[in-house]
Amino acid sequence: MMLAENVVEITIASQLEFIDLVTTVTDNLTQMIGFDEEACYWINMAVRESVANAIEHGNKYDPQKHVDVRFTIGVDALRVAVRDYGEGFDPSTLPDPLDPNNLLNPAGRGILYMRTFMDQVDYERRHEGGMQVTMTKRRMPKPTEEGEQKHDAIGD
Amino acid sequence: MQLEIRERVEGDVTVLELHGKITIGEGSVQLRDAVSRLLDADRKKIILHLEGVTYVDSSGIGELVSRYTTTKNQGGQLKLLKLTKKIKDLLMITKLLTVFEIYEDEETALASFK
Repeated sequence: MMLAENVVEITIASQLEFIDLVTTVTDNLTQMIGFDEEACYWINMAVRESVANAIEHGNKYDPQKHVDVRFTIGVDALRVAVRDYGEGFDPSTLPDPLDPNNLLNPAGRGILYMRTFMDQVDYERRHEGGMQVTMTKRRMPKPTEEGEQKHDAIGD
Repeated sequence: MQLEIRERVEGDVTVLELHGKITIGEGSVQLRDAVSRLLDADRKKIILHLEGVTYVDSSGIGELVSRYTTTKNQGGQLKLLKLTKKIKDLLMITKLLTVFEIYEDEETALASFK
């Protein structure tokens, strides 16, 4: 039977001080739904990068604009949507941080880290303005009885 | 305070022991200011001791790169000591492991300046 998805939403002002609040919630959720310690750490970092981008590059620290973060806990995956109210951008136009000419750039690695630590990262320019990035991390399936039996059989 | 920086002088080398988080905002700015102060004082042989760093984000990695290039451009050297596993991972993902001079023990790091 498919279980209903649980949703947690947070809205913060465009201030860096609130990033820790979002990552604290992230840690609580990822631990609660059973990600291992390593996965929790890197999901935390992906969320941190995304929220920091929304504050800095999206809303450009405008105190009138907020950042919405929506965690959706599905049976198969955790999805984290981070939305800003800025002018938006085309992610395909960003410089490649792994290009030898860009290696020593002081910035531009956040999205690479997000893509590395999450299973999927999607960008959407919203009609009402702003960008939404949705990051997905698959949950490890629990071993089935059948799977355990197979494992035992291999062990024999 | 996000980042605590303890400064030690070993001959003509300055060791900055970093404790805490190097993240966007306060932590990155503290690191930038600390290295800038050393360069202004003409102390251009610098070791960043990173064992006590609990968290680094992309801004923190960018700050390490930035301090490295600024120091080098001023005729100095900035080297890294005792990276945590997480920092190594972050540097490896962004192909920066080979950019920095990295040491596991302080004695070797200090000797490398001679």
